[in-house]
Amino acid sequence: MTALDKIQIRGLKLRIGGNEVLKGIDLGIRRNAVTGFMGPSGSGKSSLISIMNRMIDFEENVEISGDVLINGKSILGRDVNVTSLRRMVGTVFAVPLPLPRSIFENIAYGPLLKGTTDRDELHEIVVESLKKAVLFEEVRDRLHTSGMKLSGGQQQRLCLARTLALKPEIILLDEPCSGLDPISTAKIEEALFELKKEYTIVLVSNNTKQIARATDHAAFFLMGELLESGATSAMFTNPVNQRTSDYIEGKFG
Amino acid sequence: MRINPRLVDRWSGWSLNVLTWFAVGILAVIVVIIFVKGIANVDLGFILKYPEDMGRHGGIFPSIIGTLLLVALSLVFATPLGIGTAIFLTEYTKETRFTTILRFGVESLAGIPSIIYGLFGFIFFVIKLDMGWSLISGALTMTIMILPTIIRTAEEAIKSVPRNFRMVSFSLGATRWETTIRVVLPSAAPGILTGIMLSVGRAVGETAAVIFTMGSSLRLPTSLMDSGRTMAVHFYILAREGISMGNAYATALVLVASILGINILAYYIMNRVISRYS
Repeated sequence: MTALDKIQIRGLKLRIGGNEVLKGIDLGIRRNAVTGFMGPSGSGKSSLISIMNRMIDFEENVEISGDVLINGKSILGRDVNVTSLRRMVGTVFAVPLPLPRSIFENIAYGPLLKGTTDRDELHEIVVESLKKAVLFEEVRDRLHTSGMKLSGGQQQRLCLARTLALKPEIILLDEPCSGLDPISTAKIEEALFELKKEYTIVLVSNNTKQIARATDHAAFFLMGELLESGATSAMFTNPVNQRTSDYIEGKFG
Repeated sequence: MRINPRLVDRWSGWSLNVLTWFAVGILAVIVVIIFVKGIANVDLGFILKYPEDMGRHGGIFPSIIGTLLLVALSLVFATPLGIGTAIFLTEYTKETRFTTILRFGVESLAGIPSIIYGLFGFIFFVIKLDMGWSLISGALTMTIMILPTIIRTAEEAIKSVPRNFRMVSFSLGATRWETTIRVVLPSAAPGILTGIMLSVGRAVGETAAVIFTMGSSLRLPTSLMDSGRTMAVHFYILAREGISMGNAYATALVLVASILGINILAYYIMNRVISRYS
């Protein structure tokens, strides 16, 4: 872990309703890179993400100890402004979740709440976000039709664009391709490849091949513990831990 | 012996069909009877003129206005109160013993006969607060009466909005209030409107509670403190006292037509608003 890390996770423990979900995680996440979280379901990777954007606040009976620092500042304190934290740490969920509004309104939602009301400025943000999410060409002439009429893959890129419109520093993607076909998945990965130049990206995935393809660094979680982390290429060619190697080879999952 | 499932399926489909037509049929018969018996006496004069000779002759203009004022005023009070309560119960509190008791109370209120509300309104608004038989006494009583319906239907409508919509909104930096106003309420609007329409129907059709609190003056109410006679009350008095059955049915016809009109208008506006979103 170095001071250059965008996110620093220190001795993080999480209990939900008495169950130990995270058992002391120490991890640094590099800026301007894609970091992959992999591991079987129930390993705690999604919970870790929901601490980073404080969506964990909506769960009940949560106990957290340890700390998470973004830009060197703790995000877990009571006095943290959760609203601005969530604008800085954008989230794309596992299921595509457009709001029942037009494509334009979906993307303008965040900026509007932030106080951007100028129509031209909003339009500019919408177009720019759609371009970054590699969706603009497909929807340029129907920005005012419902976001729910798009295909699953397009909806997920719409959700990515909606997050980008917040101008975040970090983007968390929680298994964003779990319900998508290979072509849609490739488009998301293509977008991520460009986006990492500007943003710090965390990609949670059950798909080890996707982690190998799309990430620079990887972290392997099992039963709430971080078993191994490091450069993706090193981890996939020469894993230190036997269980990491078994997981990558698909011996369990 | 086991009955053939395919046979049961066909029978059930058929019998459900019959039941549906039966239910709709009863409604249709009522409307047709009112129409046939009332149409002879309805003309523009009936709608625009004042009643003469206790309603034997003339029109029902003051009653139409009285009805509209009573309903509008009740909704002005009950809608924000009801939707606010529903929002509080669903979005701002966790399920506790307190909310369970509150909800049980609301449900019990919905089951109380209207005459009891009338009696309460008479004692409290008319006598105790000295508002007399007036539009305001009637509207406040109607407010209490329709509140449970609005709360319950709004609550159900709000609950049926997917939790994920809220999560998305929060994740985009919205507060709870912004999420409620911008995401939850627009999605719940059709259900909430249904509750409001049910309430309109209840208030328009109410007689007992209205007679107790708003009175039955045939004059046109021009202030909140004026008494008035709604169409339903007018119909009741015309029929009950044998003044004019023809005009009673004519009043009923206007009453039914206006409920229908309000419903169509409300859903038309609603569809215009939400068709942009879905």
